[in-house]
Amino acid sequence: MAPPSKTLLISETRAGVLRLGMVMPFVVTMVVLAAVPLVVSDSYFLHLAILLFMWVALGQSWNLLGGYAGQISFGHSAFFGLGAYACGLLFTKAGIPVGFGVLAGGLVSVVAALPIGWICFRLRGPYFSLTILGFSEILRLIVTNWRDLTNGAVGVLFPPVFPSKVPFYFTMLGLAALTTAVCYIVVTSKLGYYFRAIREDEDSAEAMGINAASYKLVALEISAVLTGLVGAVYAAYVAYIDPPGVFSVPDVAIAMVVVAIIGGLGTFVGPLIGAVVVVVLSEVMRTTLGHVHLLVYAAMIMLVVLFMPEGILGFSRRLGRRWRSRVPSIAQQTPGTRGS
Amino acid sequence: MDATILAQTIVAGLLLGGLYALIGVGMSLVFGVMRIINLAHGDLLMVGMYTTFWLFTSWQIDPYVSVVVSAPLLFLLGMIFQKFLVGPVIRSGAPEESLILLTYGIGLALVNVVQLMFTANYRTLYTPYSTATFFVGGVSISVPLVVAFLLASLISAALYFFLIKTGMGRTIRATAQDRDAAFLMGINVDRIYVVTFAIGAALAGAAGSLFLPLFYASPQVGGPFTLKAFIVTVLGGMGSVMGALVGGIVLGLMESLGATYVNNAYRDVIGFVVFILVLLLRPSGLVGKSKV
Repeated sequence: MAPPSKTLLISETRAGVLRLGMVMPFVVTMVVLAAVPLVVSDSYFLHLAILLFMWVALGQSWNLLGGYAGQISFGHSAFFGLGAYACGLLFTKAGIPVGFGVLAGGLVSVVAALPIGWICFRLRGPYFSLTILGFSEILRLIVTNWRDLTNGAVGVLFPPVFPSKVPFYFTMLGLAALTTAVCYIVVTSKLGYYFRAIREDEDSAEAMGINAASYKLVALEISAVLTGLVGAVYAAYVAYIDPPGVFSVPDVAIAMVVVAIIGGLGTFVGPLIGAVVVVVLSEVMRTTLGHVHLLVYAAMIMLVVLFMPEGILGFSRRLGRRWRSRVPSIAQQTPGTRGS
Repeated sequence: MDATILAQTIVAGLLLGGLYALIGVGMSLVFGVMRIINLAHGDLLMVGMYTTFWLFTSWQIDPYVSVVVSAPLLFLLGMIFQKFLVGPVIRSGAPEESLILLTYGIGLALVNVVQLMFTANYRTLYTPYSTATFFVGGVSISVPLVVAFLLASLISAALYFFLIKTGMGRTIRATAQDRDAAFLMGINVDRIYVVTFAIGAALAGAAGSLFLPLFYASPQVGGPFTLKAFIVTVLGGMGSVMGALVGGIVLGLMESLGATYVNNAYRDVIGFVVFILVLLLRPSGLVGKSKV
């Protein structure tokens, strides 16, 4: 396997610098967040935190495929839904404990991602994006219609797994940490360079000996297993799943895209910011605006595409650069140099 | 499996296919000229449906007559979207995925505006001919389906002649073939984009009017139609208007055959399976490569 190009290495040297600088804040944040349930017992607050961790985990796993490997998936609801249903059906139909159900959720997503990836990666760009969306819809229809196995549109109702929200708080926090760590390790490893090389120019990456087809599949598999795990834990948490909910294109698949893009596509901190913005904003809007909140969500998607395509992170960096470059230019504004 | 059932299935499939072709043609035209997959296409169709519904309940205007209102209205809406939302993003050189996301946002906004105006309830429109049928050799044929099919064919034919015979049609085709060359020849590409997107929206609006006597309307009804339009577009070869006609017929036939001989619940799945097979085996579409 040929090493990635030199220019790529130079432009990505920040990753090496970040390695030490990011592990410490990560550990500190985890310790602080793990201590929160000891102090706070407000159920609504814990619920918000669980949602926040879930969207961090989903945003990170989507970002690995979409942001780093450049394969924009509009159909990750397929893996979320499969994970949720694997966990739900194993628990309610076979009595298998939720812990194993969650692992099974990840496993089912991995298995499903193989044929889905094999087919979808024959297409590039928007064709890929929409074909994988098609698969998500197929799965939704199959789950809706296969009533003997899945209860169809009625959905799967769980008996409560835990009486309190605290175990879910820790589980989702753990998942958010796991996905963040996995993305970090992958992105700073050789694999991460291959992903970015494929994103920048698939044909050049191929020409340099990177087997784009298999590495795209690797990116999808990692992304899918993480999404499947999150879906399974979500199912156990909300204790009720139905096909339009967990296989939802707008509420799951597109929301994952929005979380990753709002923060900053292909950045490590992006999904963290995106999750905070989306969860907090949608919660505030839901409580204050009622029915109109979906309209505001739509407006938010359009505004992000229109005004900050590189996300909040890129937007603030651009503002910062503009501000920094303005300072010397003011100093240089002497009559002689102006307009030259 | 006697011959009458087969004939019945094929006739129903062909007629339905004509309607799918109409929504596919609009999406295909927009894709062919602008390279945008318009995820709001089905939602524009939904707006067309509600326009018709509103005209019918307020003034008892016949759904087929209301095409003359819904199509121009959607044309206007399409112009506005292209001028103020899609156009600026195209000019900023954003990747195609951003554009898809933008059209998705437009669609979501349309769904919610309609939901606020008309509530999320399912709406059906009852006309005296809604359930009328006639028989040809033992095969029963639904009157509204035939009328919708004929009008859809008429609109598709009109679009075809517009693209082939008129000056504006020629400039649209030129832009589809080579955007830069068209620009160098003095074609105002931005204006062509506005017109194309508006025509695509108007076709969706017209389809909405034709569909209303056949399908129920709800604000959420657009999504499945967008996917069908996309399938038709891919079947026909992305960006080919003639191809979209073939693609629509094929999808209609497949769904109809699947609903009769496999399972009615899986008719949408069958559409997807055909779509994926075509992508794998003939990525350039059923009728080969051709632009608009």
